[in-house]
Amino acid sequence: MNQLIVSPAPHVHNSDSVAKNMYSVVIALVPAYLAALYFFGLGALLVSLTAVVSCVLFEYLIQRFLLKTKPSVWDGSAILTGLLLAFNLPSNLPIWMVILGALVAIGIGKMSFGGLGNNIFNPALVGRVFLLISFPTQMTTWPRPLGNWGLASYIDAETAATPLAMMKGGLAEMPSHIDLLLGNTGGSMGEICAAALLLGGIFLLCRKVITWHIPVSILLTVALFTAILHFANPTVYASPLTHLLTGGLMLGAIFMATDYVTSPMTFWGQIIYGVGIGILTVVIRTWGAYPEGMSFAILIMNAVTPLLNTYIKPKRFGEKRKKEN
Amino acid sequence: MKTFKIGGVHPQANKLSAGQRIQQVALPTQAVILLDQHLGAPATPIVAIGDSVKVGQLIAAPTGFMSANVHSSVSGTVTKIDTVTDAWGRHSPAITIDVEADHWLESIDRTPEINRICRLSKEEIIKKIQNAGIVGLGGACFPTHIKLMPPPGKIAEVLIVNAVECEPYLTCDHQLMMEHGEEIFIGISILMKALAVQKTLIGIENNKKDVIDYFQRLANRHFGIEVVPLKMCYPQGGEKQLIDALIGRQVPSGALPIEVGAVVQNVATTFAVYEAVQKNKPLIERVMTVTGKEVKNPGNFLIRFGTPLMAAVEMAGGIPENTGKIIGGGPMMGRAYMNTDVPASKRTSGLLFMPEQDSLREEPQNCIRCGKCISACPMGLEPYLLTNLSERGLYNDLEKNGIMDCIECGCCLFSCPSHRPLLDYVRQGKATVGGIIRARNAKK
Repeated sequence: MNQLIVSPAPHVHNSDSVAKNMYSVVIALVPAYLAALYFFGLGALLVSLTAVVSCVLFEYLIQRFLLKTKPSVWDGSAILTGLLLAFNLPSNLPIWMVILGALVAIGIGKMSFGGLGNNIFNPALVGRVFLLISFPTQMTTWPRPLGNWGLASYIDAETAATPLAMMKGGLAEMPSHIDLLLGNTGGSMGEICAAALLLGGIFLLCRKVITWHIPVSILLTVALFTAILHFANPTVYASPLTHLLTGGLMLGAIFMATDYVTSPMTFWGQIIYGVGIGILTVVIRTWGAYPEGMSFAILIMNAVTPLLNTYIKPKRFGEKRKKEN
Repeated sequence: MKTFKIGGVHPQANKLSAGQRIQQVALPTQAVILLDQHLGAPATPIVAIGDSVKVGQLIAAPTGFMSANVHSSVSGTVTKIDTVTDAWGRHSPAITIDVEADHWLESIDRTPEINRICRLSKEEIIKKIQNAGIVGLGGACFPTHIKLMPPPGKIAEVLIVNAVECEPYLTCDHQLMMEHGEEIFIGISILMKALAVQKTLIGIENNKKDVIDYFQRLANRHFGIEVVPLKMCYPQGGEKQLIDALIGRQVPSGALPIEVGAVVQNVATTFAVYEAVQKNKPLIERVMTVTGKEVKNPGNFLIRFGTPLMAAVEMAGGIPENTGKIIGGGPMMGRAYMNTDVPASKRTSGLLFMPEQDSLREEPQNCIRCGKCISACPMGLEPYLLTNLSERGLYNDLEKNGIMDCIECGCCLFSCPSHRPLLDYVRQGKATVGGIIRARNAKK
């Protein structure tokens, strides 16, 4: 003992860290990733690797040469952004588009706001929506799920419509609920297998990385809203279960909407945020021009988050009593 | 099982010295008795250099209302009345006594018999407690007699005994309860008489099953005293949290527990009350824990105030080789020592030696707005926001956002994944806002 270290209390920490949270989410994405590899084969592998590598690289380059700060790519947040971006892309998207999406996600979505913790919008969704608006054809042409870990699936793959696109054209040819649950359906590479996504969600809840408030409020709102519509006219509006299992709702509710940085911090803030996302998703899906509403709904509610953080306060100790008096 | 309703965290308990019998620390050759061993103004010396004093003799009297008596814990000659540097580098007034033999005042009953009967009136009890210099031994050192005299218009309904000891590592209260349970119950009965309450609740966290069993047996023999096991959660030993856990009433912002009819006393204080009232023994010693992962024999020690703390540390096996930080108290709220050459005082609940590798904080990162500080805060505050406001010096907003409610429990910093120095900033902001409020009230 040479010199004593003096610092204010507390002197212990629960050893949680940013990196631990980020890598927990990455681990939680593994089941859905395996499903994507199984159904889309090589394409899924190529798109995801490209997205992750380019996100990490862009973050490093921007921090190193533009911002001239200490690169922090190993906190896992860039890896996570890349993975989530890939999960929201069709598995046969041209590689250069993936790289462009990654640049927009990291460069505009995250670093232009000041990096981790300062961005207003979910970076992966910024990248995805940018691609969706810029390249609508490629972004809405999905390969048919083959389900054989297929290597030949990237080039000249057969295409398939997503269940939500089918929904717009009438409810005749919808895939079964079992197919939707297991992922045997067209769609972005990470959104198809609802069961795997739920498994990841349970893992995150158990590890206390996320809380139930946002996912549950989104899923309940969507279920309730679509149940009303379905009850009113079952021939036009799909059943709540179909809505819950399709179009990235699980991916969005569990992994995208719960992003710490862009979601509210208090109990009621999170509930309002979740309900808002649920309502907007159903509105866009049902009456909007795009079949897919989750990305837009989350981005819109991201913009509301600072407001919710400012005005929705946690319940202070002894507060209720004060009002009674 | 009951607990408080907002926030809280679960640090590792690490009660290394649990079950270790209380050992008496030998008398020093020289005792340095601090005069600010309590909340409020330091006491004023009433002895002069050269005076000879006995154990238990009053050597300093209160300065003003919020202050407390200080007694000599040794017998000998007063050699110095000046200031010494305390554990945190501040100058603190102190009386130094060269120890000669161990002569006690005749009025103090030193027999081991338990004296169960107290026929004193309410006023006489409070007077005795005040004379004995008793302060809250939970950490804040609030003079006990003041708590026993509720302001006019306020009535105490229930006495709450804080036997939670939620700070990790510390076991001094636990061991005291195991060894002096009967005396503690008598102390509680005396306090009930002083407060004229019919009901006492003793809150104990359920990691101390032996105490809960023992105390429940004792409670059967005492009217109106109930033992309540509590679900473990830090900071349950916080006054407001404990009241919430036990009687479900939340003390309003800025108010004292008496506002909801409760008076809270630490369990070690109730033992001191027994000794003062039944044995005429002023507060001259206490039980403290010496602990740490690398400490050879972590244990609980009965130490006279003024004894160098290192005497207890020697008994626990000395300062471990790779010590990086020495903490007075527990790891959540204790203060890091910059000076180990200090005497024991009423404040010393424990000494914790942290190995070097556990002593440094991690590098802070950007706030990722995860909200974990909000869910951890037992006062329902937003530590991330208070930190931002404090950093920018926005004191009006700090006050509006309830910074004065902060109890500095450390839950926010403990649970921040970005390792942000939340409580450091909050403490700074709180000190400034507190000053502003005092200045404003003074103007009125």
